[in-house]
Amino acid sequence: MTVTENEARPASGAAPEPVAHGGVRLTGVTKVFGRGATATTAVQDVDLDVRPGEFVTIVGASGCGKSTLLSLVAGLEQVTTGTLEVGGRVALMFQEATLLPWLTAAQNVALALKLRGVARAERTPQAHALLERVRLGAYADKRPHELSGGMRQRVALARVLAQDASVVCMDEPLGALDAMTRDHMHDEIERVAGEAGLTVLFVTHNVREAVRLGDRAVLMGSSPGRVVHTEHIDLPRPRRMEDPEVARRAGSLTAALREDVARHVG
Amino acid sequence: MSVDERPAGTGTSGGLATAVGAASGPGPLAPLVGADSDRSRALTRAWAGTWPKVGAVVAFVAIWQAVVLSGWRPEFVLPAPLTVAQTLGDLVREPEFWQAIGTTLRRALVGFAFAIAIGTVVGIAVSRFRPVRAAIGSLITGLQTMPSIVWFPLAILLFGLNEQAITFVVILGAAPSIANGIISGIDHVPPAFTRLGTVLGAGSVDLYRHFVIPAALPSYVAGLNQGWAFAWRSLMAGELLVIIEGKPSLGSRLSFAQDFNNAPELIAYMLVILVLGMLADTVFSSQSRRMRRRRGLAVD
Ligand SMILES: Nc1ncnc2c1ncn2[C@@H]1O[C@H](COP(=O)(O)OP(=O)(O)O)[C@@H](O)[C@H]1O
Ligand SMILES: [Mg+2]
Repeated sequence: MTVTENEARPASGAAPEPVAHGGVRLTGVTKVFGRGATATTAVQDVDLDVRPGEFVTIVGASGCGKSTLLSLVAGLEQVTTGTLEVGGRVALMFQEATLLPWLTAAQNVALALKLRGVARAERTPQAHALLERVRLGAYADKRPHELSGGMRQRVALARVLAQDASVVCMDEPLGALDAMTRDHMHDEIERVAGEAGLTVLFVTHNVREAVRLGDRAVLMGSSPGRVVHTEHIDLPRPRRMEDPEVARRAGSLTAALREDVARHVG
Repeated sequence: MSVDERPAGTGTSGGLATAVGAASGPGPLAPLVGADSDRSRALTRAWAGTWPKVGAVVAFVAIWQAVVLSGWRPEFVLPAPLTVAQTLGDLVREPEFWQAIGTTLRRALVGFAFAIAIGTVVGIAVSRFRPVRAAIGSLITGLQTMPSIVWFPLAILLFGLNEQAITFVVILGAAPSIANGIISGIDHVPPAFTRLGTVLGAGSVDLYRHFVIPAALPSYVAGLNQGWAFAWRSLMAGELLVIIEGKPSLGSRLSFAQDFNNAPELIAYMLVILVLGMLADTVFSSQSRRMRRRRGLAVD
């Protein structure tokens, strides 16, 4: 378990129970970039408790601090104040698949295994097995430029699995894909995360996507970035982007989002 | 392209997906089919690259012959292509000819090897340590622009008329290009790759080994290619200036040919030097093209 905290212990006094394996807990998390006159508060006073295996989607206007929040959870940035607890290893998936172009799909996955300390003899078979799990077994020896955008993201997904993380942060991973491919990736991510019991923090600026995927959608407001609304999405799965219920819930989230944008523009 | 998106294992069998891929023309599955057509395509491409070169050589020889026939210079100064070819045919039967090539190539390789070692170490130091960059970063570019023949007077003073003087200048000629290649390669590693390395838990050694160095490789190879060209030029200058008794080299043979007014031999040696330089360049550029193609980068 990784615990990051600032100099001040939580004011609550009584020690809260530790976060479970696969859980994520943010308590009053604030992130300020820079100092003095140029200081930017990217994230302010965020409380978020994510259950192990939960799929949380985070929506908000661009620049509201979504990426910063994920960077904090992934340990790429340190919180300024507040407490962040993560139960286990965190993997990160970006908008670009960032596959290394000099390696094949299987070698890209195997590199993650190697850096995790998996023995040499096991890497190749494991990498192939992971590619099978994202249904790319036939493409193991292809190089990234020979794969389509969706396939590249599936290799990135296999690489996330290779990291053996319990928590996965996905930062608009489907933002660059066309609608058909994106729908297909929704199914893949949902299936793979479910099979592996992963906790997912999924950032998107597409409200429908947030409803389609999330057990819970968290709406972030801008300047400074904070949680303004949380929507529990108890719709049965499998869901589709064009389900009327998904559209309806997305509508109410959009209204809340619009309100926040209006407050900062108007 | 929804077919591209279709995972090979979906549906009843992988065979179905293959059939779909094959039917839809050159999808991602196309390379799996027809290795034969790949080979014939490679031959076609090789021929497409070869015939213009053959044409250029033919045109060059024709113009040369025409100039000779025009009587612009007497034949003992500007011999005909056939005379040079006959001289070359005689030369290749002399052991000194092969000795000269051997000496020159050995000097080139030794100097180039030292230049690689020095250029690489200096390049990494500059790219990693800010004060080193501030101190010698621009000096390296400056050295690169300096004609290496300028170093010879000093080299001869320092080492005398010997091998070391030549090697010294070859290294100084080649190392700056090699250093610059690695510096610009490392400077331009996409930040996304280093961030990925951090996310995957790479320490600084692994970050260099698996992310930074492979990403910088194309630029490094370009630096090596340019470094080789400079090494070769410096070496030829050196061999013309520093002639060591009893050690025939391409440069010294060229110099003797001039001393004895032996124009056919002089031109024959020049052609040998040209061909050797081109062969080395072919090795480098084919390596660099192969690497770029594998990475899906534009190949010129
Ligand atoms: N490394 C950084 N240094 C300074 N400011 C940053 C940094 N990263 C993000 N910010 C600022 O924090 C705010 C939130 O950015 P970000 O988290 O990228 O938003 P989002 O992902 O929601 O679009 C922006 O105002 C951005 O300029
Ligand atoms: Mg962002």
